[in-house]
Amino acid sequence: MKVADGKMLNIALPKGRLGEKVYGMLEKAGYSCPEVLGDSRKLIFESPETGVRYFWVKPSDVAIYVERGAADLGIAGKDLLLEYRPDVYELCDLHTGKCRMAVASVKGFRDDPGRTLRVATKFSHIARDYYAGKGREIDVIHLNGSIEIAPILGLSDVIVDIVETGTTLRENDLEVIEEIMPISARLITNKASYKFKNGEIRALAEALGRKEV
Amino acid sequence: MSEVRPAPASSEDWRVINVNSQARPPFFRDLRSGEYSGNLRKLYENFGYRPYKMSKFEEYELYLRNKEFLISDAIITFTDTDGRLMALKPDVTLSIIKNTDVKPGTTDKLFYSENVYRVSGGGSGLSSSGGTFKEIMQTGLECIGAVDDYCLSEVLLLAAESLSLTGKNFVLDVGQLDLLFKAVDRVSSDPAVAAAILRCAEEKNLHEIAEIAAKIDRENAEKGIATRLSASYAAEAVIKLVGLYGKPAEILPEVEKIASELGMEAEFGQFRTVLEALSGTAAGEKLRIDFSIVSDRNYYNGIAFKGYVEGIPGRVLSGGCYDRLAGKLSKKGKAVGFAVYLDVLERLWDPEDDKTDEIIVVYPDGSSPSDVLAKMNDFSCGGRSARAMSEAEFQARELLRDPGNITVSGKYCETSGNITEFREMRGE
Repeated sequence: MKVADGKMLNIALPKGRLGEKVYGMLEKAGYSCPEVLGDSRKLIFESPETGVRYFWVKPSDVAIYVERGAADLGIAGKDLLLEYRPDVYELCDLHTGKCRMAVASVKGFRDDPGRTLRVATKFSHIARDYYAGKGREIDVIHLNGSIEIAPILGLSDVIVDIVETGTTLRENDLEVIEEIMPISARLITNKASYKFKNGEIRALAEALGRKEV
Repeated sequence: MSEVRPAPASSEDWRVINVNSQARPPFFRDLRSGEYSGNLRKLYENFGYRPYKMSKFEEYELYLRNKEFLISDAIITFTDTDGRLMALKPDVTLSIIKNTDVKPGTTDKLFYSENVYRVSGGGSGLSSSGGTFKEIMQTGLECIGAVDDYCLSEVLLLAAESLSLTGKNFVLDVGQLDLLFKAVDRVSSDPAVAAAILRCAEEKNLHEIAEIAAKIDRENAEKGIATRLSASYAAEAVIKLVGLYGKPAEILPEVEKIASELGMEAEFGQFRTVLEALSGTAAGEKLRIDFSIVSDRNYYNGIAFKGYVEGIPGRVLSGGCYDRLAGKLSKKGKAVGFAVYLDVLERLWDPEDDKTDEIIVVYPDGSSPSDVLAKMNDFSCGGRSARAMSEAEFQARELLRDPGNITVSGKYCETSGNITEFREMRGE
């Protein structure tokens, strides 16, 4: 759908396989911009014919671009939306980039509910919310990467992290103890953009599977 | 650092340089100069609202008891000389309600323009203003007491007009909280589930509302619990409401059907009356119905609204009815009001707006201050913005490639001797 009065829809795509897959969905829905998947070093790709402007950003930055209005729309993982709670609209579940947010620990780990549980994670909000819901006291150890190593070295009792295939866990003698929630990619939009480019944004969301009763 | 060339001594070398300032659009200037606030004040006074002035401090306990009412619960506190724990106001409405004594059957109409102190940017983890406190100028109004449908329409009109005064394209989204709360409560009576649905409503996250309802139905089936209405069926009303967005004339018939199903005809009737009062006006054209506006149900009820100005990524105005807050503070009657977030409006910066001209008057060393003042006065009286700068300073800035906060883009215009006869030259 071409955008009226020369306004383009700015769309932040997450760099990597997920972004490429979602671009494929957008292309099928009529929002193509062939340059996007080329080898060019360009950062911004524009297609006046289809009324869209794409740009690749780090997956964890997509929600920032959208919340701050630099992008009208973006594709972000539900894990990041739950963790950072950006003030945006979540228009649809794209049913791609599927994985699980889970609690894992070393094989044979036995929890003692009588003591504070040490949880290593880069998803502090999600971990706190999950254990608060269970009334469990925890000590959150915020890490930025290599989370799996924490219980092996005794830094934490468990980890809260994303599990896709489980291979990394298996290779390190770790196992999933509890599943917190399923994760997938979501189409998000800036709240003000939704007001001023309403028809265009709703058309794009519907083309990607949003259902309004 | 490069050596600064000596300034010419001769008074023959007066120069008047016309420059383009870095684009400061008219609205931005109005905001900085307080003209926008002044226009808001005039608007509110024209409708009979009286200015309300208050102390910068309030007892901390007031905010402690009503933390959920505040945008941010971070508050600057200090102990006063008499031992009381005080706070720098993070909010104005609470103080006004607490300190206003409205006589039964009457209405107090007040407006304010006050500095408040809170962590700027609000709730989300991404709105990182560094988590530091800011002094924020906030303007708004409150209508307290015997608030009737006219009062509600008037407040909506004034909210729309406040946005209109920015001179930018805007919309005012309006929702009805009682309708939304009723629809949500039909899905589940569990406050935690209702809160989760309301969070989804705020995100227009229709698919997760459906998922929550489906999960309730699955759990009920597993436990053998029979319900008169399935959660999924009940959730359809929430999904329909939250999915709606558009002008009142287009959307009201849809809302009416849902309200009728919910048995909320009276609430809908008031909603329609208030919105239709603005139909046919310029402000009415900017109204949009939106049921994704969610406020804390312990404080707010009825009509709720948020204003957006094109070019700003978030809301710049928010307001609504807060009868329950008035009740909590032992006040009889109703209350409605809104606040304009002037700090957010500062983000309006549109390079497409007209650029403004500034003039630099470069005077050589040894010039008579009275001559320079007279020259500056000429510009000032002509409504032009000019800045006097010594030749030495001008050359120092040129050498440092630092013209300050202004970009020199004009040609020098030499004038000879008589400084009252100069030519202006527009920047190129």
